[in-house]
Amino acid sequence: MKQTGTLREMRPTLIFAFLGIVFMFLAPHVLQLFTIINLTTAIALAVLALSLALIWGYGGILCFGQVAFFGLGAYVYTMAAINFGGSTWAVLVAIIVTSAFAAVVGYFMFYGRVSDVYLGVITLTVTLILYSLLRRTSGPEYKIGKALLGGFNGVSSPPINLPWDTRTLLFPEHIFYVAMGALIICFVFAGWLVTTHFGRVCVAIRENETRAELLGYDTRAYKLGIFTIGAGIAAVGGVLFCNGVGRITPDVFGLYNAALTIIWVIVGGRGTLIGPIIASFALFYLTSALGGQSLLNNNLVLGVILIFFVLLVPKGLAPTLIDWVGARRKGGPTRTRRRNPRGTDA
Amino acid sequence: MPHVTPQQKDLPLDLVVAIGLQLIYGIAHLALISIGLAIIFGMMRVINLAHGEFLMLGGYVVVVSTNNGVNIWVAMLILAPLIVGLIGVIVERLLIRWLYGRMVDTLLATWGLSLLLIGLVTSIFGASTATTVAPPLGVLRIGAYSSSAYELFLIGVTIVLGIAIWLVLKLTKLGLVARGTMQNAEMASALGVSTSRIYMITFGLGAAVTGLAGGLLAPVTGVLPNIGATYIAKAFITVISGGASILAGTAAGSVLLGGIQGVVTFLSGPTFGEVGLLLTAIVLLRLMPRGITGRFFRKSL
Repeated sequence: MKQTGTLREMRPTLIFAFLGIVFMFLAPHVLQLFTIINLTTAIALAVLALSLALIWGYGGILCFGQVAFFGLGAYVYTMAAINFGGSTWAVLVAIIVTSAFAAVVGYFMFYGRVSDVYLGVITLTVTLILYSLLRRTSGPEYKIGKALLGGFNGVSSPPINLPWDTRTLLFPEHIFYVAMGALIICFVFAGWLVTTHFGRVCVAIRENETRAELLGYDTRAYKLGIFTIGAGIAAVGGVLFCNGVGRITPDVFGLYNAALTIIWVIVGGRGTLIGPIIASFALFYLTSALGGQSLLNNNLVLGVILIFFVLLVPKGLAPTLIDWVGARRKGGPTRTRRRNPRGTDA
Repeated sequence: MPHVTPQQKDLPLDLVVAIGLQLIYGIAHLALISIGLAIIFGMMRVINLAHGEFLMLGGYVVVVSTNNGVNIWVAMLILAPLIVGLIGVIVERLLIRWLYGRMVDTLLATWGLSLLLIGLVTSIFGASTATTVAPPLGVLRIGAYSSSAYELFLIGVTIVLGIAIWLVLKLTKLGLVARGTMQNAEMASALGVSTSRIYMITFGLGAAVTGLAGGLLAPVTGVLPNIGATYIAKAFITVISGGASILAGTAAGSVLLGGIQGVVTFLSGPTFGEVGLLLTAIVLLRLMPRGITGRFFRKSL
């Protein structure tokens, strides 16, 4: 009985996953190679969007520095792949090291009971410090094993090879399959996670931390748990990203990228997983299109979008749409869920 | 037991003075870039993510006006705070005042503002450095070492600024009303204080002080549209480590973090100085989640 209940709850997730699989097998036949390579980068960013959608939308953790884990995953993968001479272990090491890093940072924040806003600022600071640290590592003395960190210019990342077969490197069109597959797996995993007991407790903490605590849950441990899992997913995105682009530079830790991640989740909507993913694709193509002209600056447009959504569509697109459709279907007001734990510290 | 250890022999007085001055400058620099943020945060519980961009705007005001023939001292000490303060008032009226009490949304909206300002300045002045201004003071000789006299001037300005803010808060009517609003906005409002106006003025003053800091730093760092990013991490961490008190918090935060950054930089180079600063701040927040002034000097300003 319980099994079917979970399945029913996961139905939307599975439908989107199915659509994703269809797209994965159709796209390479329809689209050109250049578009496919571009799409791989967009997919990597979508995985990042998913990770923040999970920890902010469901965990209620305001993490402004999700790109830190994304970039760290990419850097660790690159360093490890150069040193190991193959990507199989490098991918695992990237995920594990990034999660461990998140666990340490998270320990200090959650067990120090750092509240929402401070948490955002601290995670952002971690990101910016990584940025300025890695930019300074241009000398030959900054290396990990055989791999130079390369400072400002970054490092070129070795492409993924077949598991335990270091001679068969994947071509860009294959990396597209890997990326899309990883996105779908992460999406289904996150969709499943939020239906589990663990996921429900996380949502309860987001809604009312004190109440969850009074019910006997150690909220710090749950927050740390979902934060660490989110960082691991972000690291997967990072690995895909440096494969799509071919290199990794400190710019990944920049303020612009950190803001972009937040904007995906704000625009897509907190409390859904698919919303931020779609928003990340939409904004990826919007910013690419804006890159072709010089009249409107990217920063300017993103700033306006962010202010517009915060002031006028604070729930984001997907939840607003769901509410609207629900209201039309039932012909009355829908259940309104409080989606964000705002005002807890005001 | 010899009276003079070898290390003491190796460390001549002029070097000690030069390093000491560098350390104090590091602390003053941190205080200078943080104080405007601390005013807005301490008074209004608003974390202004566009703080770095207010610093950047201050720098641009100085560069643009000196290029147009304005005296550099006038540009730095009068024009920069005036113009950025006005921008602050406009921002408060158009954006911030809709979001009071919604800390997360304020944070996001000011981040949007930050991107907007970067984009705007890039569109107007281009992405590369605008013509820079040279520091208006020369070199100061300390024995065999030299230091910039302008850095010494900045240390002085930081101290004067701190005293001025203390005087305004402590002695003027505005300061009294502002402190009352800060403690209990509803009560102040019931006693006939226009809290909305107080918030507007506070935000404007915070922006003005930030503009002043940005203007003063323009000759040292040059100006770029995205230079704010290099400041905000340090400014935030200083203010949050310091806690809610404006002056005591900023002072405590910058002395502790600036001191540690200075020592780490001296020992292992500037790359790890900032890392040391960050690690200290994170450990500090684990021990004192409400910042230094949340634990000590609680009654201070």
